Amino acid sequence: MKRVVHYINQFYAGIGGEDKADQTPLCEAGFKGPGLGLNKELGADVEVVGTVICGDGYYGEHTDEARAACLKMVADFQPDIFIAGPAFNAGRYGFACGDIAATVAAELKIPTLTGMYIENPGVELYSKKTYIVPCADSARGMPKNLKSMAALALKLLSGEALGPAREAGYIHRGIRKNFIHELNGAERAVQMLLKKLKGEEFRTEYEMPKFNKIPPAAPVTDLKHATIALVSSGGIVPMGNPDHIRVSSAESYGKYDISSLTDMKGTYESVHGGYDRTYANADPDVVVPLDIMCELEKEGVFGKIYPYFYTTTGTGTAVAFAEKFGKEIGADLRNAGVDAAILTST
Amino acid sequence: MTREIENAAGIPVVQIATIVPIMLTVGANRIVPGVAIPHPTGAPQLGEDGDKAKRRELVLRAFKAMETSIDDQMVFED
Repeated sequence: MKRVVHYINQFYAGIGGEDKADQTPLCEAGFKGPGLGLNKELGADVEVVGTVICGDGYYGEHTDEARAACLKMVADFQPDIFIAGPAFNAGRYGFACGDIAATVAAELKIPTLTGMYIENPGVELYSKKTYIVPCADSARGMPKNLKSMAALALKLLSGEALGPAREAGYIHRGIRKNFIHELNGAERAVQMLLKKLKGEEFRTEYEMPKFNKIPPAAPVTDLKHATIALVSSGGIVPMGNPDHIRVSSAESYGKYDISSLTDMKGTYESVHGGYDRTYANADPDVVVPLDIMCELEKEGVFGKIYPYFYTTTGTGTAVAFAEKFGKEIGADLRNAGVDAAILTST
Repeated sequence: MTREIENAAGIPVVQIATIVPIMLTVGANRIVPGVAIPHPTGAPQLGEDGDKAKRRELVLRAFKAMETSIDDQMVFED
Protein backbone atom coordinates (compact mmCIF):
# COMPACT_ATOMS: atom_id res chain seq x y z
CA MET A 1 0.00 0.00 0.00
CA LYS A 2 1.47 3.37 -1.09
CA ARG A 3 0.95 6.29 1.26
CA VAL A 4 -0.28 9.70 0.12
CA VAL A 5 -0.37 12.91 2.14
CA HIS A 6 -2.74 15.57 0.85
CA TYR A 7 -2.58 19.33 1.48
CA ILE A 8 -5.70 21.52 1.40
CA ASN A 9 -6.62 24.99 2.65
CA GLN A 10 -9.05 26.02 5.36
CA PHE A 11 -11.89 26.37 2.88
CA TYR A 12 -11.70 22.85 1.45
CA ALA A 13 -11.21 21.48 4.96
CA GLY A 14 -14.60 22.94 5.89
CA ILE A 15 -13.14 25.25 8.56
CA GLY A 16 -14.27 28.49 6.94
CA GLY A 17 -13.69 31.08 4.24
CA GLU A 18 -11.73 34.32 4.36
CA ASP A 19 -12.61 34.78 8.01
CA LYS A 20 -10.61 31.62 8.78
CA ALA A 21 -7.76 32.28 6.34
CA ASP A 22 -5.43 32.86 9.28
CA GLN A 23 -5.84 29.21 10.33
CA THR A 24 -2.49 27.84 11.52
CA PRO A 25 -1.31 24.46 10.18
CA LEU A 26 -3.02 21.33 11.50
CA CYS A 27 -3.34 17.77 10.35
CA GLU A 28 -5.74 14.86 10.48
CA ALA A 29 -5.39 11.18 9.69
CA GLY A 30 -7.11 10.04 6.52
CA PHE A 31 -8.67 12.11 3.77
CA LYS A 32 -10.83 15.22 3.97
CA GLY A 33 -12.78 17.36 1.49
CA PRO A 34 -11.45 16.82 -2.03
CA GLY A 35 -9.27 14.04 -0.59
CA LEU A 36 -12.34 11.80 -0.70
CA GLY A 37 -12.50 11.94 -4.48
CA LEU A 38 -8.74 11.83 -4.80
CA ASN A 39 -8.53 8.68 -2.67
CA LYS A 40 -11.16 7.02 -4.85
CA GLU A 41 -9.34 7.93 -8.09
CA LEU A 42 -6.05 6.60 -6.73
CA GLY A 43 -7.48 3.09 -6.55
CA ALA A 44 -7.09 0.25 -4.10
CA ASP A 45 -3.31 0.15 -3.78
CA VAL A 46 -2.81 3.79 -2.84
CA GLU A 47 -4.27 5.48 0.20
CA VAL A 48 -4.54 9.06 1.46
CA VAL A 49 -3.18 8.48 4.98
CA GLY A 50 -3.14 12.05 6.16
CA THR A 51 -4.33 15.56 5.37
CA VAL A 52 -2.40 18.72 6.21
CA ILE A 53 -4.45 21.91 6.38
CA CYS A 54 -3.41 25.54 6.52
CA GLY A 55 -5.20 28.86 6.03
CA ASP A 56 -4.22 30.61 2.80
CA GLY A 57 -3.67 33.91 4.55
CA TYR A 58 -1.47 32.35 7.18
CA TYR A 59 0.64 30.54 4.60
CA GLY A 60 1.07 33.73 2.58
CA GLU A 61 1.91 35.99 5.48
CA HIS A 62 3.90 33.61 7.68
CA THR A 63 5.39 31.52 4.94
CA ASP A 64 8.52 30.38 6.79
CA GLU A 65 6.59 29.22 9.85
CA ALA A 66 3.78 27.65 7.81
CA ARG A 67 6.20 25.84 5.52
CA ALA A 68 8.20 24.42 8.44
CA ALA A 69 5.12 23.30 10.37
CA CYS A 70 3.45 21.72 7.33
CA LEU A 71 6.65 19.98 6.29
CA LYS A 72 6.97 18.36 9.70
CA MET A 73 3.35 17.16 9.63
CA VAL A 74 3.83 15.75 6.15
CA ALA A 75 7.05 13.99 7.15
CA ASP A 76 5.38 12.42 10.22
CA PHE A 77 2.89 10.62 7.97
CA GLN A 78 5.84 9.05 6.08
CA PRO A 79 4.31 9.42 2.63
CA ASP A 80 5.49 7.90 -0.65
CA ILE A 81 4.02 10.82 -2.55
CA PHE A 82 2.61 14.25 -1.71
CA ILE A 83 -0.33 15.92 -3.42
CA ALA A 84 -1.53 19.51 -2.86
CA GLY A 85 -4.79 21.12 -3.93
CA PRO A 86 -5.98 21.51 -6.67
CA ALA A 87 -5.86 25.28 -6.24
CA PHE A 88 -7.62 26.21 -9.52
CA ASN A 89 -7.08 29.96 -9.98
CA ALA A 90 -6.83 30.91 -6.30
CA GLY A 91 -3.59 32.89 -6.06
CA ARG A 92 -2.68 32.42 -2.42
CA TYR A 93 -3.83 28.80 -2.37
CA GLY A 94 -1.75 28.24 -5.50
CA PHE A 95 1.24 29.83 -3.85
CA ALA A 96 0.77 27.65 -0.75
CA CYS A 97 0.26 24.45 -2.78
CA GLY A 98 3.28 25.17 -4.97
CA ASP A 99 5.47 26.19 -2.07
CA ILE A 100 4.71 23.20 0.13
CA ALA A 101 4.90 20.77 -2.81
CA ALA A 102 8.29 22.18 -3.84
CA THR A 103 9.50 22.06 -0.24
CA VAL A 104 8.38 18.48 0.36
CA ALA A 105 10.03 17.40 -2.91
CA ALA A 106 13.30 19.07 -1.95
CA GLU A 107 13.35 18.00 1.70
CA LEU A 108 11.76 14.54 1.73
CA LYS A 109 12.98 13.52 -1.74
CA ILE A 110 9.62 12.10 -2.75
CA PRO A 111 7.55 12.94 -5.82
CA THR A 112 5.10 15.78 -5.29
CA LEU A 113 2.41 17.29 -7.43
CA THR A 114 -0.31 19.87 -7.33
CA GLY A 115 -2.96 21.21 -9.69
CA MET A 116 -3.64 24.76 -10.84
CA TYR A 117 -5.17 26.86 -13.55
CA ILE A 118 -2.45 27.84 -16.01
CA GLU A 119 -2.62 31.54 -15.07
CA ASN A 120 -2.36 30.95 -11.35
CA PRO A 121 0.79 32.85 -10.27
CA GLY A 122 1.84 29.66 -8.48
CA VAL A 123 2.50 28.12 -11.89
CA GLU A 124 5.20 30.63 -12.77
CA LEU A 125 6.71 30.35 -9.31
CA TYR A 126 6.73 26.59 -8.86
CA SER A 127 6.29 24.74 -12.15
CA LYS A 128 10.02 23.94 -12.21
CA LYS A 129 10.06 22.63 -8.64
CA THR A 130 7.06 20.31 -8.58
CA TYR A 131 4.64 18.74 -11.05
CA ILE A 132 1.65 20.96 -11.71
CA VAL A 133 -1.36 19.41 -13.43
CA PRO A 134 -3.24 21.96 -15.54
CA CYS A 135 -6.68 22.47 -13.98
CA ALA A 136 -9.87 24.42 -14.53
CA ASP A 137 -10.11 27.96 -13.20
CA SER A 138 -12.72 27.03 -10.61
CA ALA A 139 -13.86 24.11 -8.48
CA ARG A 140 -16.37 23.21 -11.18
CA GLY A 141 -13.50 21.24 -12.70
CA MET A 142 -12.88 19.27 -9.51
CA PRO A 143 -13.96 15.74 -10.58
CA LYS A 144 -12.07 15.86 -13.88
CA ASN A 145 -9.01 17.50 -12.34
CA LEU A 146 -8.78 15.00 -9.46
CA LYS A 147 -8.81 12.22 -12.05
CA SER A 148 -5.88 13.79 -13.94
CA MET A 149 -3.94 14.45 -10.75
CA ALA A 150 -4.47 10.87 -9.57
CA ALA A 151 -3.34 9.57 -12.98
CA LEU A 152 -0.10 11.53 -12.78
CA ALA A 153 0.40 10.45 -9.16
CA LEU A 154 0.08 6.78 -10.13
CA LYS A 155 2.55 7.30 -12.96
CA LEU A 156 5.04 8.97 -10.61
CA LEU A 157 4.58 6.20 -8.02
CA SER A 158 5.20 3.53 -10.65
CA GLY A 159 8.67 4.94 -11.17
CA GLU A 160 8.35 4.72 -14.94
CA ALA A 161 9.84 7.55 -16.95
CA LEU A 162 7.45 10.35 -17.81
CA GLY A 163 7.10 11.41 -21.42
CA PRO A 164 6.87 15.01 -22.59
CA ALA A 165 4.87 17.19 -20.21
CA ARG A 166 1.96 17.74 -22.58
CA GLU A 167 1.57 13.97 -22.99
CA ALA A 168 2.13 13.06 -19.34
CA GLY A 169 -0.40 15.65 -18.19
CA TYR A 170 1.53 18.34 -16.38
CA ILE A 171 2.83 21.84 -17.07
CA HIS A 172 6.31 21.64 -18.53
CA ARG A 173 9.18 22.15 -16.10
CA GLY A 174 11.58 23.65 -18.60
CA ILE A 175 13.52 20.39 -18.83
CA ARG A 176 14.75 19.28 -22.24
CA LYS A 177 15.79 15.70 -22.85
CA ASN A 178 18.06 14.69 -25.71
CA PHE A 179 16.95 12.03 -28.14
CA ILE A 180 17.69 11.05 -31.72
CA HIS A 181 15.02 12.26 -34.13
CA GLU A 182 14.65 10.57 -37.51
CA LEU A 183 14.76 13.99 -39.21
CA ASN A 184 17.60 16.42 -38.75
CA GLY A 185 17.13 19.97 -37.48
CA ALA A 186 17.10 21.57 -40.93
CA GLU A 187 14.40 19.21 -42.16
CA ARG A 188 12.26 19.82 -39.09
CA ALA A 189 12.71 23.58 -39.37
CA VAL A 190 11.63 23.54 -43.04
CA GLN A 191 8.58 21.42 -42.13
CA MET A 192 7.69 23.87 -39.44
CA LEU A 193 8.10 26.80 -41.81
CA LEU A 194 5.90 25.12 -44.43
CA LYS A 195 3.19 24.57 -41.86
CA LYS A 196 3.45 28.18 -40.77
CA LEU A 197 3.21 29.41 -44.38
CA LYS A 198 0.13 27.30 -44.93
CA GLY A 199 -1.41 28.69 -41.77
CA GLU A 200 -1.40 25.25 -40.15
CA GLU A 201 -0.68 24.60 -36.53
CA PHE A 202 2.92 23.94 -35.61
CA ARG A 203 4.80 23.63 -32.37
CA THR A 204 8.16 25.20 -31.75
CA GLU A 205 10.90 22.98 -30.32
CA TYR A 206 12.20 25.78 -28.16
CA GLU A 207 9.75 28.09 -26.51
CA MET A 208 11.02 31.55 -25.71
CA PRO A 209 9.96 33.05 -22.39
CA LYS A 210 7.35 35.74 -22.75
CA PHE A 211 8.03 39.22 -21.45
CA ASN A 212 5.61 42.09 -21.44
CA LYS A 213 6.35 45.50 -22.78
CA ILE A 214 4.98 48.80 -21.54
CA PRO A 215 4.72 52.24 -23.13
CA PRO A 216 7.72 54.40 -22.13
CA ALA A 217 7.21 56.80 -19.24
CA ALA A 218 7.27 60.52 -19.94
CA PRO A 219 10.77 62.03 -19.81
CA VAL A 220 12.26 64.12 -17.03
CA THR A 221 11.58 67.77 -17.85
CA ASP A 222 13.64 69.49 -15.18
CA LEU A 223 16.85 67.56 -14.59
CA LYS A 224 18.30 70.33 -12.43
CA HIS A 225 15.67 69.65 -9.80
CA ALA A 226 15.14 65.94 -10.40
CA THR A 227 15.61 63.29 -7.72
CA ILE A 228 17.26 60.23 -9.22
CA ALA A 229 17.39 56.77 -7.64
CA LEU A 230 20.02 54.10 -8.12
CA VAL A 231 18.92 50.49 -8.53
CA SER A 232 21.00 47.47 -9.48
CA SER A 233 20.73 43.77 -10.15
CA GLY A 234 24.52 43.51 -10.06
CA GLY A 235 24.69 41.97 -6.59
CA ILE A 236 26.29 45.03 -4.94
CA VAL A 237 25.55 44.81 -1.20
CA PRO A 238 26.96 46.23 2.04
CA MET A 239 30.09 44.36 3.10
CA GLY A 240 29.11 41.04 4.66
CA ASN A 241 25.74 40.94 2.86
CA PRO A 242 23.74 41.60 6.06
CA ASP A 243 20.38 40.61 4.55
CA HIS A 244 21.70 37.42 2.98
CA ILE A 245 20.62 38.27 -0.55
CA ARG A 246 21.23 35.13 -2.56
CA VAL A 247 24.22 34.97 -4.89
CA SER A 248 21.88 33.65 -7.57
CA SER A 249 18.16 32.91 -7.95
CA ALA A 250 17.46 35.82 -5.63
CA GLU A 251 14.15 35.88 -3.83
CA SER A 252 14.76 39.21 -2.09
CA TYR A 253 16.28 42.63 -2.61
CA GLY A 254 17.92 45.13 -0.26
CA LYS A 255 17.21 48.82 0.35
CA TYR A 256 20.15 50.69 1.82
CA ASP A 257 20.78 54.26 2.93
CA ILE A 258 23.59 55.72 0.84
CA SER A 259 23.03 59.36 1.78
CA SER A 260 26.27 59.60 3.77
CA LEU A 261 28.44 58.00 1.06
CA THR A 262 30.24 59.58 -1.88
CA ASP A 263 31.68 56.35 -3.19
CA MET A 264 30.87 52.63 -3.04
CA LYS A 265 34.46 51.63 -2.43
CA GLY A 266 35.22 50.20 1.00
CA THR A 267 31.64 49.83 2.24
CA TYR A 268 30.04 47.73 -0.51
CA GLU A 269 31.02 44.51 -2.25
CA SER A 270 29.60 42.17 -4.87
CA VAL A 271 28.03 38.81 -4.04
CA HIS A 272 26.71 38.17 -7.55
CA GLY A 273 27.25 34.55 -8.57
CA GLY A 274 27.03 35.18 -12.30
CA TYR A 275 30.12 37.23 -13.19
CA ASP A 276 33.76 37.64 -12.19
CA ARG A 277 33.65 39.93 -9.17
CA THR A 278 37.29 41.06 -9.26
CA TYR A 279 36.58 44.54 -10.65
CA ALA A 280 33.36 45.05 -8.72
CA ASN A 281 35.04 44.16 -5.45
CA ALA A 282 37.99 46.43 -6.17
CA ASP A 283 35.55 49.28 -6.78
CA PRO A 284 31.78 48.64 -6.80
CA ASP A 285 31.27 51.98 -8.61
CA VAL A 286 32.01 50.07 -11.82
CA VAL A 287 28.58 48.46 -11.27
CA VAL A 288 26.78 51.21 -9.32
CA PRO A 289 28.09 54.66 -10.38
CA LEU A 290 27.68 56.39 -7.01
CA ASP A 291 30.97 58.32 -7.10
CA ILE A 292 30.12 60.05 -10.39
CA MET A 293 26.51 60.61 -9.33
CA CYS A 294 27.79 62.44 -6.23
CA GLU A 295 30.14 64.56 -8.35
CA LEU A 296 27.38 65.45 -10.83
CA GLU A 297 25.00 66.24 -7.97
CA LYS A 298 27.60 68.60 -6.48
CA GLU A 299 28.15 70.21 -9.86
CA GLY A 300 24.42 70.89 -10.07
CA VAL A 301 23.87 68.80 -13.20
CA PHE A 302 20.80 67.25 -11.58
CA GLY A 303 18.80 67.78 -8.37
CA LYS A 304 19.70 65.08 -5.91
CA ILE A 305 20.38 61.41 -5.44
CA TYR A 306 17.54 59.55 -3.77
CA PRO A 307 19.00 58.56 -0.37
CA TYR A 308 18.18 54.86 -0.74
CA PHE A 309 19.75 52.36 -3.09
CA TYR A 310 17.92 49.16 -4.13
CA THR A 311 19.85 46.04 -4.97
CA THR A 312 19.55 42.35 -5.79
CA THR A 313 21.34 39.71 -7.82
CA GLY A 314 19.99 39.15 -11.29
CA THR A 315 21.25 35.70 -12.18
CA GLY A 316 18.90 32.75 -12.38
CA THR A 317 16.34 35.02 -10.75
CA ALA A 318 12.78 34.00 -11.56
CA VAL A 319 10.95 36.47 -13.78
CA ALA A 320 8.16 36.43 -11.23
CA PHE A 321 10.54 37.57 -8.50
CA ALA A 322 12.16 40.24 -10.67
CA GLU A 323 8.70 41.57 -11.49
CA LYS A 324 7.68 41.49 -7.84
CA PHE A 325 10.82 43.41 -6.81
CA GLY A 326 10.16 45.92 -9.59
CA LYS A 327 6.56 46.47 -8.51
CA GLU A 328 7.55 47.03 -4.89
CA ILE A 329 10.51 49.28 -5.67
CA GLY A 330 8.41 51.21 -8.18
CA ALA A 331 5.67 51.82 -5.61
CA ASP A 332 8.30 52.97 -3.13
CA LEU A 333 9.84 55.42 -5.61
CA ARG A 334 6.45 56.77 -6.58
CA ASN A 335 5.54 57.40 -2.95
CA ALA A 336 8.88 59.12 -2.39
CA GLY A 337 8.36 61.45 -5.34
CA VAL A 338 11.44 60.22 -7.21
CA ASP A 339 11.65 61.54 -10.80
CA ALA A 340 13.80 58.92 -12.53
CA ALA A 341 15.99 55.91 -11.86
CA ILE A 342 19.16 54.42 -13.26
CA LEU A 343 19.20 50.64 -13.09
CA THR A 344 22.48 48.88 -13.73
CA SER A 345 22.71 45.19 -14.58
CA THR A 346 25.61 42.86 -15.11
CA MET B 1 12.58 44.69 -12.91
CA THR B 2 13.26 47.81 -15.00
CA ARG B 3 9.91 47.52 -16.72
CA GLU B 4 7.94 46.95 -13.52
CA ILE B 5 9.61 49.87 -11.72
CA GLU B 6 8.83 52.15 -14.65
CA ASN B 7 5.27 50.87 -14.74
CA ALA B 8 4.63 51.12 -11.00
CA ALA B 9 6.40 54.45 -10.45
CA GLY B 10 5.43 56.10 -13.72
CA ILE B 11 8.97 57.45 -14.10
CA PRO B 12 11.67 56.81 -16.70
CA VAL B 13 14.06 54.05 -15.67
CA VAL B 14 17.27 54.00 -17.68
CA GLN B 15 18.94 50.61 -17.77
CA ILE B 16 22.69 50.43 -18.16
CA ALA B 17 23.85 46.91 -18.98
CA THR B 18 25.92 45.16 -21.56
CA ILE B 19 23.69 42.64 -23.29
CA VAL B 20 21.34 44.93 -25.21
CA PRO B 21 19.15 42.14 -26.70
CA ILE B 22 18.27 40.96 -23.20
CA MET B 23 17.28 44.46 -22.13
CA LEU B 24 15.13 44.74 -25.25
CA THR B 25 13.55 41.35 -24.52
CA VAL B 26 12.70 42.09 -20.92
CA GLY B 27 11.09 45.38 -21.90
CA ALA B 28 13.50 48.13 -20.82
CA ASN B 29 12.52 51.31 -22.66
CA ARG B 30 15.61 53.52 -22.28
CA ILE B 31 18.79 51.54 -22.74
CA VAL B 32 22.41 52.63 -22.38
CA PRO B 33 24.91 49.92 -23.39
CA GLY B 34 27.41 49.28 -20.62
CA VAL B 35 31.14 48.67 -20.90
CA ALA B 36 31.31 44.98 -19.97
CA ILE B 37 29.28 42.45 -18.01
CA PRO B 38 31.42 42.55 -14.83
CA HIS B 39 31.81 46.36 -14.94
CA PRO B 40 28.93 47.98 -16.82
CA THR B 41 29.69 51.49 -15.52
CA GLY B 42 33.46 51.42 -15.45
CA ALA B 43 36.54 50.74 -17.52
CA PRO B 44 39.15 49.64 -14.99
CA GLN B 45 41.56 48.72 -17.78
CA LEU B 46 41.86 52.45 -18.59
CA GLY B 47 43.29 53.31 -15.18
CA GLU B 48 41.63 55.40 -12.50
CA ASP B 49 41.11 58.54 -14.59
CA GLY B 50 39.98 56.68 -17.68
CA ASP B 51 37.62 54.57 -15.60
CA LYS B 52 35.97 57.62 -14.05
CA ALA B 53 35.78 59.44 -17.39
CA LYS B 54 33.99 56.47 -18.91
CA ARG B 55 31.59 56.26 -15.98
CA ARG B 56 30.83 59.99 -16.20
CA GLU B 57 30.12 59.65 -19.91
CA LEU B 58 27.69 56.77 -19.31
CA VAL B 59 25.83 58.52 -16.49
CA LEU B 60 25.50 61.70 -18.57
CA ARG B 61 24.15 59.56 -21.39
CA ALA B 62 21.65 58.04 -18.96
CA PHE B 63 20.55 61.58 -18.07
CA LYS B 64 20.13 62.34 -21.75
CA ALA B 65 18.05 59.17 -22.10
CA MET B 66 15.74 60.09 -19.22
CA GLU B 67 15.26 63.58 -20.71
CA THR B 68 14.35 62.20 -24.13
CA SER B 69 10.75 61.67 -25.13
CA ILE B 70 10.39 58.27 -26.84
CA ASP B 71 7.53 56.27 -28.32
CA ASP B 72 9.22 52.90 -28.28
CA GLN B 73 12.25 51.18 -26.82
CA MET B 74 15.44 53.08 -27.64
CA VAL B 75 19.12 52.29 -27.32
CA PHE B 76 21.21 55.38 -26.58
CA GLU B 77 24.50 54.58 -28.30
CA ASP B 78 26.11 58.00 -27.89
